[in-house]
Amino acid sequence: MDGRTTIWMDVGHIDDIPHLRSRVVSMPGCDIAVFRTADDQVFALYDRCPHKAGKLSQGIVHGTSVTCPLHNWVIGLADGQAQEPDEGCVHRVPVRVREGRILLGVGQPSGVAA
Amino acid sequence: MNMIAPKRSRLVLVGNGMAGVRAVEEILARAPQTFQITVFGAEPHGNYNRIMLSPVLAGEKTFEAITTHPRSWYEENEIELIAGEPVVTIDRAAKTVTGALGTTRPYDVLILATGSNPIIIPVPGHRLPGVIGFRDIADVGTMLAVAKTHRKAIVIGGGLLGLEAANGLLRNGMDVTVLHLMPTLMERQLDPVSAGLLKAELEGRGMRILTEANTAAIHGADRVGAVELKDGTRLDADLVVMSAGIRPNIALAKDAGLACNRGIQVDDGMRTSDPAVFAVGECIEHRGAVFGLVAPLWDMAKVLADRITGTAETDYVPAITGTRLKVTGVDMFSAGDFMGDDTTEDIVFRDARRGVHKKLVVRDDKLVGCVLYGAAADGSWYFDMIRNGTDVGAIRDTMVFGPSIAPGAPAGVETLPDTAEICGCNGVSKGTILAAIDKHKLTTLDQVRGRTKASSSCGSCTCQVEALLGLALGGDYKAAPKVKPVCKCTGVGHGELRKAIVARQLKTIPAVMQAMGWTTPDGCASCRPALNYYLLCAWPGEYVDASASRFVNERMHANIQKDGTYSVVPRMWGGTTTAAELRAIADVVDKFQIPSVKVTGGQRIDLLGVKKDDLPAVWKDLNAAGMVSGHAYGKALRTVKTCVGSEWCRFGTQDSTGMGVALEKMTWGSWTPHKTKMAVSGCPRNCAEATIKDFGVVATEAGWDLHVGGNGGIKVRVTDLLAKVTTGEEVLEYAGAFMQFYREDAWYLERTAPWIERVGIETVRETLADPATRKALHERFLYSQRFSQDDPWTDRAQGAEAHEFKPLAEVS
Ligand code: SRM
Ligand SMILES: Cc1cc2nc3c(=O)[nH]c(=O)nc-3n(C[C@H](O)[C@H](O)[C@H](O)COP(=O)(O)OP(=O)(O)OC[C@H]3O[C@@H](n4cnc5c(N)ncnc54)[C@H](O)[C@@H]3O)c2cc1C
Ligand code: SF4
Ligand code: FES
Repeated sequence: MDGRTTIWMDVGHIDDIPHLRSRVVSMPGCDIAVFRTADDQVFALYDRCPHKAGKLSQGIVHGTSVTCPLHNWVIGLADGQAQEPDEGCVHRVPVRVREGRILLGVGQPSGVAA
Repeated sequence: MNMIAPKRSRLVLVGNGMAGVRAVEEILARAPQTFQITVFGAEPHGNYNRIMLSPVLAGEKTFEAITTHPRSWYEENEIELIAGEPVVTIDRAAKTVTGALGTTRPYDVLILATGSNPIIIPVPGHRLPGVIGFRDIADVGTMLAVAKTHRKAIVIGGGLLGLEAANGLLRNGMDVTVLHLMPTLMERQLDPVSAGLLKAELEGRGMRILTEANTAAIHGADRVGAVELKDGTRLDADLVVMSAGIRPNIALAKDAGLACNRGIQVDDGMRTSDPAVFAVGECIEHRGAVFGLVAPLWDMAKVLADRITGTAETDYVPAITGTRLKVTGVDMFSAGDFMGDDTTEDIVFRDARRGVHKKLVVRDDKLVGCVLYGAAADGSWYFDMIRNGTDVGAIRDTMVFGPSIAPGAPAGVETLPDTAEICGCNGVSKGTILAAIDKHKLTTLDQVRGRTKASSSCGSCTCQVEALLGLALGGDYKAAPKVKPVCKCTGVGHGELRKAIVARQLKTIPAVMQAMGWTTPDGCASCRPALNYYLLCAWPGEYVDASASRFVNERMHANIQKDGTYSVVPRMWGGTTTAAELRAIADVVDKFQIPSVKVTGGQRIDLLGVKKDDLPAVWKDLNAAGMVSGHAYGKALRTVKTCVGSEWCRFGTQDSTGMGVALEKMTWGSWTPHKTKMAVSGCPRNCAEATIKDFGVVATEAGWDLHVGGNGGIKVRVTDLLAKVTTGEEVLEYAGAFMQFYREDAWYLERTAPWIERVGIETVRETLADPATRKALHERFLYSQRFSQDDPWTDRAQGAEAHEFKPLAEVS
């Protein structure tokens, strides 16, 4: 632990995001794409493809991956990693779901590989 | 030198069907110039492949496609064909036959090949109009006609033929009930387990099946109205198809005093009780047995020809037969003794999830029978081992999984003699196939199918034909590359997928994935958009579009740009616009500070760099001026380009602009496998570049030339001429029919150009040349348009799908 606090911020209800879709939390600097899978898992990534900054929130969600709408890179939602043969990684944002509310952990960028 | 040709013997064939014509072919092959041949046929056309009547009824094949011997064949072989006149008497003393219209022909040798008749159960009412059998193309015609105007069909008999009839009627939109006397369907081909799976499958498609149903009477005043069962149940019916078995057609032979029992009795040389009269096919009885499948007929025809031409003293020896149900999407095969007895052992494999059931029956290390349901691709492999009496001791434990798991099993073709029959449906021997491979340098299965017809009907001999190719070509033959799967989530190809969606009535993406064994929980970005398209095309008005399965542009109804903004292209009908529209566009550009405005290559205007949040408001303003989405973002009808045409241009022959507008008004909003573009030019100078469009129209003095399959993109392809028509209505009908054929047949992301390269322009021309088919396609197109001509912008401007445009939350 580096001593910084994570602030859990309520950004909406899980049902505000349709299944297999994503919506954006707009932030200064970079938007965050929040994804909902078919089995109600929720993930959050910076809305910037590691390839050429395509908006991942506009991609097709399948399993626990999203396919970028610009050039079809496939990004893992859990780890932010681009699938082979492509290479790259998106910042992940910690997320929790409590009683249907989606909480984003802001203030501590995660996924920056240690 | 002047020679008088020796007088040829006169050969008369009664029955222009599968067995008789094959017998004539075999005779001609042995003794080309020996006989002067006359063929009498009760049906008014050349010979056709009767077993393919089921696909014709189901709408999968045309009558032309199943015709094996058109009239020209008879002419080329100097055969007199008297079609449409049944023979009514045989005078054996005078050696003549006479037809119903009085035509008389003398014979030296007579062949009877009158086939069989469907058994019409003599319940009260069985003679009412609307009660028919399923035997010839006329019956198919009757069924198709009734299906157009009536709803309820009852099929009596749940055997192979009955179920194929029922499936065909269902495919023609009828409510179908099958009445079957026995407790399980197709009890002569299926064990109870697979019969149960089949019943569930057919019921899933909407067929109603009553087993242990005993028909008591058929009611109706001037035509059939209802069927009553012994238990008192009464079922409404507009059509009753009797399919309760067949009976050899022996009336003529019996009248002539030939020995008959159930069939016309023949000896091992196919000769009847009169040495001048032979009989072949389903009309015969041989050593107490009667027949109902084609495979035995080919052997009979050979024996008969050997005997008649004096080539050899061969004898007919019955062989084991196999059957396949010709219902698209149902994969079954059965052969030999599949029920077994005290001396046999069963090996069973079941996969309930995939609906697979395989049962092999083994006696003394020999396979004696099999039933395969749900996975019958290996049918020919098993069938081969049954026929050859192969010793299966070594592969006994693994063979139920198929040849890929149980290798080392001898395929056996190399050991067969050249005369051995490989394709039962079309009667093609090993020698014929090898000769064709050699002579025409064939290298693929499809080529062999085209040349010899082997493996082109039911497909059960595919494995053997491939083995023969392997044998002939050695290392040069590679088995047909497995169909390219849609994506890595499945092994299924696009063609099979499209068929299954329709045949198995799959109506949602999860249903398809489950039925077709997808390996991923919810597919991927390749298969989901394809599935969404196939489903909306198959079930217009019923299928609910899955927006999560659409590529961003189609979901947003705008084109995403590299910076995440969008472009907006309103429709300009046929490339025409007005001052009011241009003014509204100018206002929108100012109001939303749209950075870029451009005239596109598709004769309309592109507004580039619109912010996502602004889209609904931009659309609202455009809508207010009467403009709708141009679908510049969709696998859909894009633009219809036109030239000024006869209204202004000094060369113009027709109103090309008006025609373009009419085409666009009819086709806008339709989703297609890939984007679809049209153009209309007013004369052959072709200023609208119609000959590189998916559907291009070029006006001439005489009317309109219709071109298809053009592409101006990555790989330029010039169109093929589809047809020349005279009226505007015809242009619209061809356009709608062509689009629908493309919509129903092509693979997702296949533009018309590669699609036509794949299926062949001939197929497209033939399909659309038939007025009935064309009309039906056009009607289906218009029907689906009823659900797709809502402007997607209007809904969204009014707040629909708001989540697409608004962030979930904003943090500052
Ligand atoms: C806007 C436009 C260029 C222009 O400024 O004129 C254009 C723009 C694009 N074209 Fe095009 N094409 C445009 C006319 C054409 C034409 C000319 C025509 O239609 O007469 C062609 C060649 C004709 C043809 O299609 O046969 C054309 C052949 C392509 C192709 C190659 C297609 C092919 O089959 O090879 C692509 C790539 C694709 O579709 O996969 C493409 C793809 C694209 C895309 C959609 C690329 C993309 O996926 O983002 C561009 C979208 C830009 C945007 O956001 O609006 N565009 N494109 C034209 C829009 C026409 C319209 O009013 O809707
Ligand atoms: C819908 C359907 C599907 C089938 N599916 C299969 C299958 O999948 N597999 C399989 O192995 N078999 C199948 N069969 C059976 C197969 O078609 C027959 O075994 C085969 O056609 C029999 O050939 P044939 O020449 O003996 O009789 P036919 O082909 O019936 O020919 C007899 C011809 O003789 C004519 N005729 C009769 N009397 C006279 C007369 N007095 N004068 C002149 N002409 C006369 C008839 O009109 C007919 O054209 C199917 C049959 C049908 C109807
Ligand atoms: S296509 Fe013919 S009629 Fe039309 S503008 Fe060109 S030259 Fe004129
Ligand atoms: S920007 Fe995402 S794949 Fe190119």
